[in-house]
Amino acid sequence: MPPDQKHADSKAALPASEPGAAKPDPILVCENVRKSFGGLVAVDVDHLEVQRGWITALIGPNGAGKTTLFNVLSGFDSAETGTWRFDGRPMQKLPPHRSAGRGMVRTFQLTKVLRGMPIIDNMRLGAPGQRGERFVPGLLQLWRNQEEEVTRRAETLLSQFNLTRMRDEYGGALSGGQQKLLEIARALMVEAKMLMLDEPVAGVNPALTDSILEQVVKLRDDGMTILFVEHEMDVVMGISDWVVCMAEGRIIAEGPPEVVGRHPEVIDAYLGTDE
Amino acid sequence: MKRRGLASRLPAILKDPLMLMAIAVVAVGMFAAFSPLPGLRIFTDALRSATGGQAAVFALAAIGLNIHFGYTGLLNFGHVGFLLVGAYGTAATVSTFGGSLWLGILIGMGLSVVLALIMGGTAVRLRADYLAIVTIAVAEILRFLARSRAATDVTGGVFGLQGFADAFYDINPIPRGIYALGWLQFTERRLWPIVAGWGLVVLVSIVVWLLMRSPWGRVLRAVREDEDAARALGKNAFGYKLQSLMLGGVIGGLAGSLWAIHLQAVTPDQFLPIQTFFVYAVLILGGPGTVAGPVVGSVIFWFVVAGFDSFLRAAAFAGYIPDFLGATEAVGAARFVLVGAGLMALMIFRPQGLLGNKREMQIVAS
Amino acid sequence: MDPSSTKRAIAGSLAGVGLLAFAPDLAAGAGFSSTFLPELSQVVLNGLKLGFIISITSIGLSLVYGTSRLVNFAHGDMVTFGAVMAFFFNGAAGGPRLHIIPAGLLAIVAGAGLGAGLQKGLWQPLQERKTGKIQLFVISIGLAVLLRHLILLQFGGRPRSYIQYALQEPLILGGMRITPRDLVVVLIAAAVLVAIGLMLTMSPLGKAMRAVADNRDLAEASGVDVRKIILMTWIMAGALGGLGGVLLGVVENVNYLMGFRLLLLIFAATILGGLGTAFGAMAGGIVVGLVVEMSTLVSPTELKLMWGLAVLVVVQLVRPQGIFGRKERIG
Repeated sequence: MPPDQKHADSKAALPASEPGAAKPDPILVCENVRKSFGGLVAVDVDHLEVQRGWITALIGPNGAGKTTLFNVLSGFDSAETGTWRFDGRPMQKLPPHRSAGRGMVRTFQLTKVLRGMPIIDNMRLGAPGQRGERFVPGLLQLWRNQEEEVTRRAETLLSQFNLTRMRDEYGGALSGGQQKLLEIARALMVEAKMLMLDEPVAGVNPALTDSILEQVVKLRDDGMTILFVEHEMDVVMGISDWVVCMAEGRIIAEGPPEVVGRHPEVIDAYLGTDE
Repeated sequence: MKRRGLASRLPAILKDPLMLMAIAVVAVGMFAAFSPLPGLRIFTDALRSATGGQAAVFALAAIGLNIHFGYTGLLNFGHVGFLLVGAYGTAATVSTFGGSLWLGILIGMGLSVVLALIMGGTAVRLRADYLAIVTIAVAEILRFLARSRAATDVTGGVFGLQGFADAFYDINPIPRGIYALGWLQFTERRLWPIVAGWGLVVLVSIVVWLLMRSPWGRVLRAVREDEDAARALGKNAFGYKLQSLMLGGVIGGLAGSLWAIHLQAVTPDQFLPIQTFFVYAVLILGGPGTVAGPVVGSVIFWFVVAGFDSFLRAAAFAGYIPDFLGATEAVGAARFVLVGAGLMALMIFRPQGLLGNKREMQIVAS
Repeated sequence: MDPSSTKRAIAGSLAGVGLLAFAPDLAAGAGFSSTFLPELSQVVLNGLKLGFIISITSIGLSLVYGTSRLVNFAHGDMVTFGAVMAFFFNGAAGGPRLHIIPAGLLAIVAGAGLGAGLQKGLWQPLQERKTGKIQLFVISIGLAVLLRHLILLQFGGRPRSYIQYALQEPLILGGMRITPRDLVVVLIAAAVLVAIGLMLTMSPLGKAMRAVADNRDLAEASGVDVRKIILMTWIMAGALGGLGGVLLGVVENVNYLMGFRLLLLIFAATILGGLGTAFGAMAGGIVVGLVVEMSTLVSPTELKLMWGLAVLVVVQLVRPQGIFGRKERIG
């Protein structure tokens, strides 16, 4: 439940505005996550909790370690130390496909839409538990029924994201913004419990940006947890329920957007790197 | 751009030089076979090679490689290693261990699976160029072992194995006689491995078609383009690569068994790295990532290569070109020059070959 | 690992090996009689002979990969090209019949020319068209097949030797047998390796080559003319390949397959050392040469090349980036 509704109940229910603050019902809890490249510390997070059902923004200047943290949490990169539990289950040694399988689904800064495949196939790919994806049932064509279901779900999502007319186009035919939309739609096919969006509106024109952000808010309203990396403060202010700010690998501030936006260290971090 | 039907693509096909060449090959082949004139030796040689056992073997080998390279994007340059274990597995089971030929074929397939796991274990996590080098090395190690003196008891060493294929010829269902395809003539004994070989090619092609249109095939193509995208969607990319290696490997092993039966002999130097390059030429010519590509590629490849060989010999004999070019060694060398140049030209100008999808191949190749 | 510690490592190993070479004398002096040590030092010597040739030819392949990101499958055939060109200038009927030394030098120039020609005429235009890596790889294989068999057409399938130094009595050095020409080859090869090593560490060109091989974008940003460096790298690769071919032709014989047989060992060497590094290739070449020759102590001679390949496979299992390579180059 988004915090504004909580405001109606009691202001005291809001978590503390400090790094590592505990959340009432966290879906993700990270402890002591550290990762360096060569001698350089990329991520150094003591404690982070992500509240279920909220839009949490992960902000910070370039090189703050946001994408690295994403990569580590989703299994695409290894951490030197650290544990994290998703929905109560430990995740730290899982390869990326198992992370995704548990409901922690991410998108990429440079979209990984499959350009050599039609959109509808990109979408079908996302569906979990497809019998036809195993060798023997695949060969014996035992997947027809399930494929129809999957296709229906895909078409529903495509229409939700206004991509229906591009259904049979190759991924490479989409514009940058459309690819970002598709990546989110495709991630939803995976039956995610938490969506991790890496710069979902970077390089997208303003009209499409609004479209994407609308979708994100709608998803949250339907109960999805969203953690997204973002650069631009205004995007963040507009839609986030909670903001976490990183700099040089550490979390320097946490809190509702207005609080973090005014936080002196945050302003410092952005100004300090000529943002 | 959406996929268009054949009819709407016809004008483009007619302007396409590679397609025109292929159509010319088919036309010439028909002419060679059925014309009322005594067929020109060059064309009948070409046709015989294009429809013969060797073409079937290479079509099958290319189907296997197609799974690795065409559909999964794995740059397996040790493919001849699968043919080697298939051929030796089959031959040795009979010649050395006294088993049945059919058991030998199964053992060949089993050894292919083992080889695929070995290659997968060592190399699948590596990037394309490393994978290519390691797979060549593995295949060459196998060849060294097969031809070594120490292995002579099992593999026949340098001399290889013979006389294991009788069981296959014994069950020849074709009645005694001479069968003609236009000007080509086959005895029932020669016709049987050809028919069986192409039959196997068709069967395996159907299996591949069924697999590739399924969700399993879709994941494979996703892994080909972008492994991490596949992983982010919950697919175990490494597992799929292993499955691809095993499937393509088993098909390669079958091709090796077919080759052994066709030649009724197995020698280690049949399995030099250059043979893998020939299979690549066949696959790329036909069109990687398509079901019919390997088959079409093999037929056209052997038609052109055998025709070229025959042409050189005839031209040297008739004095049109210097005699040394007609000598066996030179003809063999000229064939490789043709294949090398052809492979380069294909990859530079037409990486999708005859039937492949240009867009898909460009994405795979980069 | 930085160049200076690499050089120390190489020097140390060479010293150790040299010691080993005279060990039989020391052992005999200590009253120790055995045929193992002379055998050992003999194979070590043979290994160094082969290893130096592999090293010389590997540097070019490794640096071409580092600067252009291209695995030049035709590199082996460029080695053959050098040997065959030297044969043309030296022993071919109808050729100038020069002594092998000037013939060899001309062959090196021819090799350099081939390298430059291939880069300017084939690889540069392809890379400007943004041809994919896999495509480039297959093209280089096609080129290798083409080159090898053009050479076959022209040279024939029969192995030939250069006129000079073909048959010689071996010298006996501390229990080891080596012909004078092989000894000279070893010394020349060692000198060339040292010279190349110095060039790569001290000259501006060498430093630029290593910079581009290490991190192309960074080098470009620092003002290096990357195109020119890549061309120079190809010229060097062609020249060193040609030299390697001539040396190999002197030590063994000239045949159209010689380079391709060497190529797999070159791959083993560069992968062991780290594809893209020059000093890695040098060190890798020596190790592979030693492994190949020393394998004959315990395994049949016909399998010795196989052990070189086994090194390649084992390195990929254990440490894919090689000794000096960096992890990100792998996968």
